[in-house]
Amino acid sequence: MNAPPLPSGALVAPESPKERAAGPPGPPHRGLAALAATSTFRFMAFYLLAFLVLGAMVVGYLFWQTNALVTRQIAETLAVEINSLREQYRLGGAALLASTIEARSAEGGSGLYLLVDGSGRRIAGNLAALPPELGAEDVGGFFTYSPPDTPTGRHVAVGVLVRVPGNHLLLVGRDAESQRAFAVTARRVAIAGIGAVALLGLLGGLLASRAILRRINAINETSRTIMAGDLSRRVPLTGSADELDRLSANLNLMLDRIEQLMAGLREVSDNIAHDLKTPLNRLRNRAEAALREAGGAEAYRSALERVIEEADGLIATFNALLSIARLEAGASGEGRTAVDLAEVARDAIELYEPLAEEAGIAIEASIADGVVVTGDRQLIGQAITNLIDNALKYGAGCEVAADGAVLSDGSEGRHGEGRETAPHHRLSRSAIEVRVTLRDGAGEVSVGDHGPGIPPEDRERVLKRFVRLEVSRSRPGSGLGLSLVAAVARLHGGAVRLEDNGPGLRAVLVLPAR
Amino acid sequence: MRVLVIEDDAETAAFLQKALRESGHAVDAAADGAAGLDLARAGDYAVLIVDRMLPYRDGLSLIEELRAGGIRTPVLILSALGHVDDRVKGLKSGGDDYLTKPFAYSELLARIEALARRAEPQEQATTYAVGDLLLDRLSHKVTRAGEPIALQPREFRLLEYLMKNAGQVVTRTMLLEHVWDYHFDPQTNVIDVHVSRLRGKIDKGYSTPLLHTVRGAGYMIRDGAG
Repeated sequence: MNAPPLPSGALVAPESPKERAAGPPGPPHRGLAALAATSTFRFMAFYLLAFLVLGAMVVGYLFWQTNALVTRQIAETLAVEINSLREQYRLGGAALLASTIEARSAEGGSGLYLLVDGSGRRIAGNLAALPPELGAEDVGGFFTYSPPDTPTGRHVAVGVLVRVPGNHLLLVGRDAESQRAFAVTARRVAIAGIGAVALLGLLGGLLASRAILRRINAINETSRTIMAGDLSRRVPLTGSADELDRLSANLNLMLDRIEQLMAGLREVSDNIAHDLKTPLNRLRNRAEAALREAGGAEAYRSALERVIEEADGLIATFNALLSIARLEAGASGEGRTAVDLAEVARDAIELYEPLAEEAGIAIEASIADGVVVTGDRQLIGQAITNLIDNALKYGAGCEVAADGAVLSDGSEGRHGEGRETAPHHRLSRSAIEVRVTLRDGAGEVSVGDHGPGIPPEDRERVLKRFVRLEVSRSRPGSGLGLSLVAAVARLHGGAVRLEDNGPGLRAVLVLPAR
Repeated sequence: MRVLVIEDDAETAAFLQKALRESGHAVDAAADGAAGLDLARAGDYAVLIVDRMLPYRDGLSLIEELRAGGIRTPVLILSALGHVDDRVKGLKSGGDDYLTKPFAYSELLARIEALARRAEPQEQATTYAVGDLLLDRLSHKVTRAGEPIALQPREFRLLEYLMKNAGQVVTRTMLLEHVWDYHFDPQTNVIDVHVSRLRGKIDKGYSTPLLHTVRGAGYMIRDGAG
């Protein structure tokens, strides 16, 4: 026989919610509002909410399943019991049924029985009367009753009402008070647990937000100080190498670069003041002198020509300065193509060869083919011609034998008492060497001369704008040649190396190969 | 030839007008982009000189508008912006040549004359002749008075460019740009040595020199009789 259908509803009547989810602790104030407004907090709150909803769903499902299981078990027990009682009736009629019921009622335990006759009179059992909740026959349901040992309390029970022959009604039930108590406790624990998780989660969220907010505020504080003019400030690092530290480190690198650019700008304006004012002054003086001296048309003419010459020099210097500034600001990368260093170097050598020959200087080329870099052909070409130009300008004047050894002038040597090498002693040629090589994944163009060279302590300095070593002050040039080369190298992600050419200077333009 | 100067700086415009007239050219001037565009559309000019930054309509958009309208008059762009990127942008918009301010008048004059010349059909000639000097662009042979002259490839291109602009001044910068494809000025004037070498090959031993130095401007190849 099937178990009589029992309601699958909760064993427990709904209870007024005594516990509420705890709200945020303490009254909200500005700091808390700021914390709650952080993205970290919002993120955590969202996750907490999702977690709570999911948790509540899991607990609810467990409740529902357990409830169904317990109810089904009770229903099955009741069905078995009813069958055995019907069996008693079949064997011994109403009398045996009544005595069996009395016997079972006396056993104690959770079994509940009541047998009434057609007029509703109680014949046997441990219940006082039919509970009004159970109306229909053969349908199980909940009801409450007062157990004899605790007359004041009401217990919840489950029971089924069946009609037995002789127009008797039989109620068989089970006390479900312990299950109810268990369910109430379980629900309290679940609600408390969820409440605790919510509380801890909120607290954790606030704490995490505060920790992150504090570090973000440090960054904000630094940027405000910097905006107020102190470019030397840096974002403090915690040393944890986490993502915020990495962000701060990158910000600091960016600030370094900005500071460097600002310093460069300041340097440019200082240099303009120093090095452009002098020729401007010279230009003005010449024009003034020409006006003052009452010379003829020819004198005016030559004065004007000199003025134009001076102006052209100024324009050239100015253009070079602007180019360097623009290169250092970092160009767009537009116009970058594959550049064959061998080709560019050969073009540059070809351009300078006649000039060098006229000056009695040989250009020795040793060029590896297939060294290709990504860059601007014009700029790289300009850098290489600048290096060759420099080598020809400053690298001459020291005689080198075919085997590369420096020739001595008699026993004194070239370092002795500043004696000049007499022209008729020039046995061999001067030479500059241009090399293109591929080394460690970088294309290198080196231009070496055999001039006085640059002392190691000055090498860093000459790559800066306008720096010309005292020895070269009297020679032509704006002092921008090497700094332009350095700027071109930096723009292409490369570098310029100045080395000893024993004797002389070797300048190496290093560009990352393609 | 007729030249239109579109330049908003009154002093520069006046200077150019005066100097170009002295050089024997007819000059019109416009002080802003809109007026310049109207004049350029209406008049029959050999060359336009266009400043890049102009009121009402900037130089580059003016050139684009002209080109879109099918007007192919050669344009020289004048600009204070002298970086390679600016140059490329200027030439992309339809300009034919680019000159950075401040400029030397001789440079400007040489360039607009070369531009006007380039627009003429003789551009397509396969041989150039100046006096008894002949250059064959196809066979790369050069002869003077029937005598063959051996030239290096670069010397050939140098001579070719000079002869293409025969009778006109060619500046050092123009040579650097067209013969060497360098759009910067080397620190030392290396062009002079190349030219004097070329002169040694084509003029040495002949009574009439053809390759002349124009003081303060550049070089010119022309028949000595001229």
